[in-house]
Amino acid sequence: MDKMPKWADVILTPLISLLLAMAISAIVILAIGESPWEALTTMIDGALGSSYGWGFTLYYATNFIFTGLAVSVAYHAGLFNIGGEGQAAMGGLGVALVLLYLPLPHWLLALPAAMVGAALFGALWALIPAYLQAKRGSHIVITTIMFNFIAAAVLNYVLVNLLRPVGSMDPASARFPESTHLPKLSDMALNFGIEWGKNTPANITFFVALAACLIVWLLIWRTRLGYEIRVLGKSEPGALYAGINPVKITVITMLISGGLAGLMAINNVMGEAERLLLNAVEGAGFIGIAVALMGRNHPVGVLLAALLFGFLYQGGGELALWTTIPRELIIVIQALVILFTGALDNMVRIPLERLFLAIRKPGRP
Amino acid sequence: MMDFATILQILDSAVRLMTPLLLACLAGLYSERAGVFDIGLEGKMLMAAFTAAAVAYATGSAWLGLLAGVAGSLSLSLIHGAASITFRGNQLISGVAINFLASGLTVLLGQKIFGLGGRTPPLEGPARFGEITLPFANALRDVPFIGPIYANVISGHTVLVYIAFLCVPLTWWVLFRTRFGLRLRAVGENPASVDTAGVSVTRLRFIAVAICGILCGLAGAYLATGLSAGFVKEMTAGRGFIALAALIFAKWRPWTALGATFLFGLLEAIANRYPNLDLGIITIPSIFMTALPYILTVIILAGFVGRAIPPRAGGEPYVKER
Repeated sequence: MDKMPKWADVILTPLISLLLAMAISAIVILAIGESPWEALTTMIDGALGSSYGWGFTLYYATNFIFTGLAVSVAYHAGLFNIGGEGQAAMGGLGVALVLLYLPLPHWLLALPAAMVGAALFGALWALIPAYLQAKRGSHIVITTIMFNFIAAAVLNYVLVNLLRPVGSMDPASARFPESTHLPKLSDMALNFGIEWGKNTPANITFFVALAACLIVWLLIWRTRLGYEIRVLGKSEPGALYAGINPVKITVITMLISGGLAGLMAINNVMGEAERLLLNAVEGAGFIGIAVALMGRNHPVGVLLAALLFGFLYQGGGELALWTTIPRELIIVIQALVILFTGALDNMVRIPLERLFLAIRKPGRP
Repeated sequence: MMDFATILQILDSAVRLMTPLLLACLAGLYSERAGVFDIGLEGKMLMAAFTAAAVAYATGSAWLGLLAGVAGSLSLSLIHGAASITFRGNQLISGVAINFLASGLTVLLGQKIFGLGGRTPPLEGPARFGEITLPFANALRDVPFIGPIYANVISGHTVLVYIAFLCVPLTWWVLFRTRFGLRLRAVGENPASVDTAGVSVTRLRFIAVAICGILCGLAGAYLATGLSAGFVKEMTAGRGFIALAALIFAKWRPWTALGATFLFGLLEAIANRYPNLDLGIITIPSIFMTALPYILTVIILAGFVGRAIPPRAGGEPYVKER
């Protein structure tokens, strides 16, 4: 029998972890001589208080949905994909190559083409670590970390030496053609006569991200492949016994994971910057880890956690603007969320389990 | 293209650049040999660099800075120990969290204390570690070949560089010639056997994690008060991960760690000196040199050039049988 009801495991433990992270963040804010309450209200006001704030919150959340899903799909197979950062960066390269070199007359054509480019490059960047893990037993955490750095170097080289337009000084590609620009959520709202989120980067990719959540849910819990992924994650000998090929499943899972991380580029490279910049990912790959942990590797959880981090990111920017608290506060909060929901999970879980056992005992015959 | 003097300069620079890598690599060696994976070397170094620079600036003493650096790094080690040993959490996730914690806290505290956007004010005089001229360095300078090497490459570094190099034989001796070292290695391979022998797995692992913290503290302090003159935001710049790569490259052994970190330090020194290395036939961009440690590590990990096998119980929390 389970020690805890399922709702406590799925909702209560992450919530308590989050509260602990927030409490410590509040202490940190107090320690640097600021008011945690004022910080919180500034963040809520700046991120959720206007459609302008929401436009940014949703934009950031879209990035984190993709990277969060990437981490969680791998996690279901027992793989810790820490390489979302590099895979998303390579996804950006895929998007840039498609949009710069294919003549695409309309965004309706450009979006699927760019998605293929983004997912393909992201997946390929995950392929070598996946293969090495499956075939040679090289630890995927270490190889994906190394691939993050190699991706940064590759991108730096490509942008400075190959994609940089003649005469330009900054390491960035040329602008993508006007015809491939994605509709912003603000434009879409305007079509319905609603003035919403003017000058914000949130774009149609948000809906692609929502669809990705649904597809991942279907994949993991409603398909044979998803079942095999979960079996492998629970027990490799079990998977072997059930006739599942661990090498194949490991590689396929990592391709899906890398592809999801790569898809993030639709949002930041195609939707926002409209050209490929150096360091376009800006740590979103790593936030995916926090999002997946917080969301218990379930697409709904990932969506909610991504919204939370979107709020934190936009709110953090506002903090830096209106108060003397640097936006690095967000990195501290992110670290604490990862620490409490990921590494110190047992610190919250074990007392809770004891509590539930104590409550339940008197009721038993 | 390259004369003797240039080679000496590059070697001298390589020695300076390899020192933080060597210290962090040995730090990881203790931790991982005891079965605790540590991808938080980067964060610990960064924290140490900040606390060392801040205290060195406030007190004007590099030595007090060093102590503060060790304390800063140790405090993060304690979190890592609590998460991965006491609460049997995921060691990799704990390491990731520690890297972010250091990255955020250093800027937050730096901005609060100094208001320079995360930097500390530049350190001068005794707040930095000075260069030590070894005995007879100037007298021997004129001896052909050996003299310049001794005077320019071996002599003229800060005390932390020599400490780092001394740590190599010391680590070898501790790990392979003492009872503590035997137990430390055993706890990383088969903790149950150590437990059966009546030795506390928890205690041993905590000691290993603490040694890791101290060495990362030295590495960070060297970065901020030896190699540079003060703390700059994100100043470790991935060195913790290069050290991790070196550790794998060295197959978790101290003498090979010396070789691996020297190689990686040399690559950095060459990349700094020649932004585009012209080899006649092809020109190698410096970015390739920067990425080379990572590429080499993946190749080693793949097992195509000698296999790197980590300690067997690495990454696994130890659950005592009841």
